[in-house]
Amino acid sequence: MNLGLYLEQSFAQHALIAGALVAVICGLIGPFVVMRRMAFAVHGTSELAFTGAAGGLLVAGNAVAGALIGAVVVAGLLTALGAEERDRDSTIGVVLAFGLGAGVFMLSKYDGFATAATNILFGDIFGVSNGQLWLLLVIGLVVAAVMVSIRRPLLFASVDAEVAAARGVPVRALGAVFMLVLALTVTEAAQIVGTLLVLSLAISPAAAAQRLTASPVAVTWLSIGFALLATEGGILASLASDTVKPSVFITAISFGIYLTARLVSARRSVAYG
Amino acid sequence: MSAVAELRGAAMRLGGRTLWERLDLAIEAGEFIAVLGPNGAGKTTLLKVLLGLVELSEGTAAVAGRPPREGRDRIGYVPQLRAFDRELPLRGRDLVGFVYDGPRQAGRSAVDAALEAVGASGYADAPVGRLSGGEQQRLRIAQALLARPPLLLCDEPLLSLDISHQQEVTALLDRRRHQDGTAVVFVTHEINPVLPYVDRVLYLAAGRWAIGSPAEVFTGERLSELYGTTIDVVRVRDRIVVLGADGEIETCHHHVH
Repeated sequence: MNLGLYLEQSFAQHALIAGALVAVICGLIGPFVVMRRMAFAVHGTSELAFTGAAGGLLVAGNAVAGALIGAVVVAGLLTALGAEERDRDSTIGVVLAFGLGAGVFMLSKYDGFATAATNILFGDIFGVSNGQLWLLLVIGLVVAAVMVSIRRPLLFASVDAEVAAARGVPVRALGAVFMLVLALTVTEAAQIVGTLLVLSLAISPAAAAQRLTASPVAVTWLSIGFALLATEGGILASLASDTVKPSVFITAISFGIYLTARLVSARRSVAYG
Repeated sequence: MSAVAELRGAAMRLGGRTLWERLDLAIEAGEFIAVLGPNGAGKTTLLKVLLGLVELSEGTAAVAGRPPREGRDRIGYVPQLRAFDRELPLRGRDLVGFVYDGPRQAGRSAVDAALEAVGASGYADAPVGRLSGGEQQRLRIAQALLARPPLLLCDEPLLSLDISHQQEVTALLDRRRHQDGTAVVFVTHEINPVLPYVDRVLYLAAGRWAIGSPAEVFTGERLSELYGTTIDVVRVRDRIVVLGADGEIETCHHHVH
């Protein structure tokens, strides 16, 4: 089918809008995820979004709402168990393992097992209902607003916690807020690329951006730009291809951007010694 | 009150152990005080009290006549050297700019001036992860002094710097405190790098403390009293070496002038 025809359909338009919003919030949190070394926290919370989604399906037939509620629970749990401390990785690993088990159990009790699991794990943006899309939009806007308002103190606390604390910056509280924002962002992104592929939006664009500039503001803009390019490009390519899921293209574009950035930075360091 | 910061009858107990007690200290404008003592003597805790991050077990603390918590914007803080990731997207000017909280337009020139004053303009736009230890600590001093605070707290800022960088950094601190009349409280495990600049020494050990000029505090009698064991103090040219029963306690290991 023709791409132009698809673009007149509301499901495709909705996907592009939701994709853009998710790209913006992923681009905003990405540099902090890299700086705070929270890649595993992203992976952990996204796989736990699977548990939330399975629970949501089982209880109310609503995977998105379940995943969002699950995200809040996970963020609270990881913060309470000391996810900001040195043993963060093991804490996440422990919670993740239990959560996935619970998710598999709940999904086995649900009738549409196979499709539901695939959609949660690999994304199904075209299948999101109108009501769910609105929910994603509202939460995405809240996350974006929070990130914009705490950006500067969060950056201070992330790279220079000791001095930030000495200056009275609430380092721990910011860490907890960021954990919550991260969990919500990851859940939103999971609707588009699926819980297994969230890293392609939450890490890759920021990792590519920081190869190209040392300015934190420029890194954020580049990371948003790269995430938008991957998401919108991926959704359009998927529509054009008719059969392949957007997540496939999104992860591929994301990886391509990252490789290009590494190449550019390598050539630059050769040139400048 | 003329003192920049003051402790009165201050005591600090952690987990049933007394770090120090009945401590009276008035830090005057422009004064350079070195805080020494073995690990765990409560040197860093003392700084945390002045920053309002830790409450005293007894006594009172004041910064500029107010409780420390309210005085944070009047305090600069220089931490230990720490390793930044090489890829961390953060430039020297960003690190310095963190503590700026005036109007946005004036921020750039305030940061530029602070960088200029420590001779760091040349690497202001380089990623901090690629700078040497000495360069990083210069940025720290620019950051700490950006708002021209009357009090500067330093927690082992020379640790893991080589000798020439240690001398550079301490000379810079000394110059800046004379320019602005900044009081400096300098926590260190080594007196010699700061000896030329120090007005008073606060020595914390074994729950006790001693205060005075380096010549007053660094005597065998005074330190033996503090540690509760025989301590010898030896002077080699312009350096001080402290010897306990087990050998050197307080010295600069590879310090060559």
